[in-house]
Amino acid sequence: MNPKIINATERRSDADDEKSSIRSAKSEIVVALAGNPNAGKTTLFNALTGLRQKVANYPGVTVERKEGVWKLNDGAARLIDLPGLYSLDATSFDEQIARDVLTGKLAGVPKPDAIIAVVDATNLERNLYLVTQLLEYKIPVVVALTMIDVAEKQSLEIDTKKLSELLGVPVVEVTAWEKKGVDELAEAVRAAEEFQVSGFKFQSDTTETENENSKTDASEIFARYNFISGVYQESVKHIQTEERSFSEKIDRVLTHKFFGLIILTTILLLVFQTIFSWANLPMDLLESGFGALGDFARTSLPEGLLSDLLVDGVIAGVGGVLVFLPQILLLFLFISILEDTGYMARAAFLLDKLMSKFGLHGKAFLPLMSSFACAIPGIMATRTIENPKDRLATIMIAPFMSCSARLPVYALMIATFFAGQTVFGFVSLGAVLILAMYALGIVTAIVVAWILKRTLLKSTPPPFVMELPPYRLPNARNVLQSMFNNGWQFLKRAGTVILAISIILWALTAFPRSADGDASQAISQNQIAPGSQEPTVTGDESCGCSLPDEGQIAEAEQKAAEEKQGAALRNSYAGRLGHFIEPVIAPLGFDWKIGVALIASFAAREVLVSTLSIIYNAGKDANEESENLIQAVRDAKRDDGTPAWTPLTAVTLMVFFVLAIQCMSTVAVVRRETNSWSWTIFMVVYMTALAYAAAFLTFQGGKLLGFG
Amino acid sequence: MNLTNMPIGESAKVTAVNGNNQITRRLMEMGVVPGASVRMIKSAPFGDPLEVRVRGYHLAMRKSEADQIEVSGPQSEVLGFKPKM
Repeated sequence: MNPKIINATERRSDADDEKSSIRSAKSEIVVALAGNPNAGKTTLFNALTGLRQKVANYPGVTVERKEGVWKLNDGAARLIDLPGLYSLDATSFDEQIARDVLTGKLAGVPKPDAIIAVVDATNLERNLYLVTQLLEYKIPVVVALTMIDVAEKQSLEIDTKKLSELLGVPVVEVTAWEKKGVDELAEAVRAAEEFQVSGFKFQSDTTETENENSKTDASEIFARYNFISGVYQESVKHIQTEERSFSEKIDRVLTHKFFGLIILTTILLLVFQTIFSWANLPMDLLESGFGALGDFARTSLPEGLLSDLLVDGVIAGVGGVLVFLPQILLLFLFISILEDTGYMARAAFLLDKLMSKFGLHGKAFLPLMSSFACAIPGIMATRTIENPKDRLATIMIAPFMSCSARLPVYALMIATFFAGQTVFGFVSLGAVLILAMYALGIVTAIVVAWILKRTLLKSTPPPFVMELPPYRLPNARNVLQSMFNNGWQFLKRAGTVILAISIILWALTAFPRSADGDASQAISQNQIAPGSQEPTVTGDESCGCSLPDEGQIAEAEQKAAEEKQGAALRNSYAGRLGHFIEPVIAPLGFDWKIGVALIASFAAREVLVSTLSIIYNAGKDANEESENLIQAVRDAKRDDGTPAWTPLTAVTLMVFFVLAIQCMSTVAVVRRETNSWSWTIFMVVYMTALAYAAAFLTFQGGKLLGFG
Repeated sequence: MNLTNMPIGESAKVTAVNGNNQITRRLMEMGVVPGASVRMIKSAPFGDPLEVRVRGYHLAMRKSEADQIEVSGPQSEVLGFKPKM
């Protein structure tokens, strides 16, 4: 059952004519970059293209499409980075896409003129498996041998010439980060047409395989590895010693039965702590920057609809998008470091048993972990899960992980009702509550995943089979590039939606514009709207003084402006919607004003805070720490005069926010990633229903127990 | 012997990869074909998955997957496998 190597000279002459005619018509050649995951493909791609690259998605699927321009001495090559592959058998999206690119079937991607096969010298046999498949596409192949320096350290001596001879294609040693071998690689690719396209064919001989394995595929794989063993034995001089490798030594600690889990937990905690604390400064800067920009636009533009649209719709919307960028960049910084070092695979290895109990893949831990910062990159990260049902289950539960946008909501509720309170005398009640909210999200996610995997997404467990790549130092360039690319994708994908929704929600809260618009400014605050009386009282109380001075006059003017804002919101469509849904949310202890805030926070959860500030006349720039707002929430009254908020209402609202999908951007990303409206709608419906039920139980149960 | 039952630190040769499914295929593509030698490295904290070394690299798989791989120790006769180079 030897591989039949056909020297396809006849076929080549046809191809030659075809090629040269194409070549004369276009100046640039198309080169596909293929290789195993962890073979150094990304490093090579970055080294060859520099910053001249763009990242998008293949249409209809969520396989990342990376392309770049590779400057050659006499022109340029369009470099198409195929997804990392072990095989081309089209059992996954990645493999299907790679096949389609190589056969020229994919719209918008021309059939490559040459393939660069990235081969890890330290892992020659398995890497060559893909090469034996690439050789069958009748496209000239150049092998780029990476990790040569590491191989030498492992006393592996590879006879490149021999390897080239046996494979029938040029083999170039490349050290991408030093740009060593890059010129040779360019030459080899340029000369691609000069060398023979050997028509490799690994045909399975059915008579021989019958007793071996009924599936002919298996015998084909076997034949390829037989061929590879031969190549390996002839071209690698020093057989690798079986002594414990460096990675194995590290793994004795990092994947240790006990310490491994402790280290994993510590790393995760550090990552989150860093994301939350480091992202704060740029986020605050962005927020105040956009605030200042809004103020500037407001003062320089004539008052009116345009100014409102620009300031409250567009500038606030763009700000709302950008404010998430620091967190996303930091998250992807850590993810790519963890991936580049090889630790991510270990984490999946450590957690697979746990995750598989809930029907999830070990790889699901990464998207779920990411979702603690923001469900959007988390859902984007589910692409690493090959099985569609596993992936879908992970997407469906990702929004239960308490994302950072919920923190302002939790923080406001805690600052308002539970500040300074402790449990057992020393543990802050606020911390306990936040922990409880995180736990509630996680437990719900587990239960939902368990149910989904036994009902709608029932399937045989997909293979876990996963490489544990050797530990390596992360490549700074790869890390930065990945961070930048993911940030950009977020801006493009979620950004446009968030902006659009911001404008729609602005319109909901800004229309209809009150007829007495400007006139109302002159009218005394108390006459604006019946619902606005109590905050005036609040203002007087908090002032607590009798003699008006200049500061107080300015304050009063500001108060008047805030009153006006609040009145406009209460009159708006959003305000009316709030009234409309009041009967539905009343059993949760929410009045219509909270209803308005719930509607507005569909843009993003933290919008709840600013909406509450507007509706309670606390000024719209208030944040969750602002005393004005905290006081306003405490003092807020229902239309019948009873307090709108109790500690129980606050806890109920927090529970609602843990479970509800209060985020249009997440909905938009789910639609994109699942490519299905039914799943998206299913998610919105079941999460809202769950949130409502849990909030109902919390409030009514709490009331029965005598709280609130 | 099943790969699952192989003690940690032991090496053996793969004699057969049973089954005819996606898992078998993936395992074989990753180099776990009859004739390849595998060494059991460790099992994860909860006993599953397993880590083996094959063709010079480390591969993790669940026990249910390792169940499909038959191995024979280095001393024992390699049964049911004839190298076909």
